[in-house]
Amino acid sequence: MDQTIDLAVETKGLVKQFGGFTAVDNIDLSIEKGTVYGFLGPNGAGKTTTVRMLSTLLKIDEGEARIFGHDVSKEARKIRPRIALTGQHASIDEDLTGTENLVMISRLMGFTRKEAKQRAYELLEAFGLSEAAGKQVKNYSGGMRRRLDIAASIVITPDLLFLDEPTTGLDPRSRNQVWEVVRALTKAGTTVLLTTQYLDEADQLADRIAVINKGAVIAEGTPSELKASVGSGMLHITLKNKTDIEQAEKVLETRFDALIRRSSRESEIIVNVSSSSEALKALNNLESEGIELVTFSLSQPSLDEVFLALTDDEE
Amino acid sequence: MEFNQNKSKDNLQQTIISSHRPTPPHALSSVGTFAMRSLLKTKHTPMALMDITAMPILFLIMFTYLFGGAIAGSVQDYLQFILPGILVQTVIQITMYTGLDLNKDLQKGFFDRQRTLPIWSPSSLVGSMTFDVLRYTIACLIMIGFAMILGFRPQGTLIGLVSAVGLLLIFSFSLSWIWTVLALIMESENALMATSMMIIFPLTFLSSAFVDPETMPRVLEVFVSINPISMLVDSVRGLMHGYTVGTEIVWTLISSGILLAVFGPLTMYLYKSKN
Repeated sequence: MDQTIDLAVETKGLVKQFGGFTAVDNIDLSIEKGTVYGFLGPNGAGKTTTVRMLSTLLKIDEGEARIFGHDVSKEARKIRPRIALTGQHASIDEDLTGTENLVMISRLMGFTRKEAKQRAYELLEAFGLSEAAGKQVKNYSGGMRRRLDIAASIVITPDLLFLDEPTTGLDPRSRNQVWEVVRALTKAGTTVLLTTQYLDEADQLADRIAVINKGAVIAEGTPSELKASVGSGMLHITLKNKTDIEQAEKVLETRFDALIRRSSRESEIIVNVSSSSEALKALNNLESEGIELVTFSLSQPSLDEVFLALTDDEE
Repeated sequence: MEFNQNKSKDNLQQTIISSHRPTPPHALSSVGTFAMRSLLKTKHTPMALMDITAMPILFLIMFTYLFGGAIAGSVQDYLQFILPGILVQTVIQITMYTGLDLNKDLQKGFFDRQRTLPIWSPSSLVGSMTFDVLRYTIACLIMIGFAMILGFRPQGTLIGLVSAVGLLLIFSFSLSWIWTVLALIMESENALMATSMMIIFPLTFLSSAFVDPETMPRVLEVFVSINPISMLVDSVRGLMHGYTVGTEIVWTLISSGILLAVFGPLTMYLYKSKN
């Protein structure tokens, strides 16, 4: 492997099997230093398994993984001081208070007793947890727990932070706070590997995204590249009568050879178009067939649409 | 809250950047930190101390008055004989909690963080076991103190008494590595509990803790005489009452050494390869 200098994470043919089940199937990744990399996929896609392998927690079955140029299987000791992990389940001790948790982790990072107390105080303050500092974590809300968890991960600013579904189950306010932390971290130069089920989140935060399904990467690129790969524009059309839908699809298919997707809404169809004039033509065609429309809009595809399109192609 | 949002953003940014990078802690320091963690946990849930306070006292009273008359003819005489036995039995039983605590810990997210920290990897195990030794010591002190109120009078020297407790602590520490191995293998807490009980009950009851082995059937007597717990009980009894038990002490130390040498590395192997 060359060019490892500028890469925070590099994997070749990563495989993990549990019994006969292949959880991670031949994953290749290159993550540049200082970027946010989004790992996007549904439950059970293999996101967490990949993160656990990369963070030295899980043995790699096949393939190779390097973190900052160090082999994950052989040089865990060199990697551990530079990485931090915030798992799906809070990686903090629920029986202890917020302060006790952060002091403990700071001490384990090598801070003196006095430095550890100081650092715990700073972090609790910065994460808006000062008031809850003396409470046992088991009494924290989901959002507070998650913030403390991330605070524990950045006692020493890590060079690489793994965030495994950091906002799953959080209210919008707490979610925004987590996003703010991720942005602040990237300003500080930290590389972030973020797994998420939310396309919006990947779109907001990630420089590059790997869409993962059934253990394999099915698409990779910047958010706009991914959107472009599905089509440059999405024309959403709502019909007045949902009974017209089949006729409308037929018209569009025969005249445009367009990729048409049924929406989850009964009377809506979504058409991939390459330009606005093509969108106009499509609307005209429907008009001339006497199909009445209620609304129509032309927009870039959302990542939701990208994801659905990609997983559809798989099947 | 809203008006100082910018201030808090700056603060966040500063806190994230301003960290310094100390060298990772040495083993003794990280072990100490984990022992402190156990201490803090106990502070938050004092009820967890029941097993080393109320339980030993309950056992002592129960066994002394239940068997005293029947086995030794008098409660006072039996107390002199049974205190060392019941002390060993109780502390051995408490060692089981080391495994249960570890098993609980493995289910939690904090276990993952521990393993990504740049520390000597057995730190957390050794730390919590160090604290457990403190718990065993408290249990011993409570039991011996309470027994003395009931009329227990050790015939040996103070040094003998202290050595007896010391030997018991060494053996218990070594034995607790069996429970950590089981804790790493067993999926559920219930299975772990049941298995541990199945090992502890025969080992402690089929020993010289409660009755003189000479009163037992031949086969049982053989088992009892080779049971390391019997060696330990005889050593503790001898040290407390001042009779010579050199051989028994040596055997106890050897069996402690074997337990530690086998189950220590096995624990660490399982611990490191735990998914």
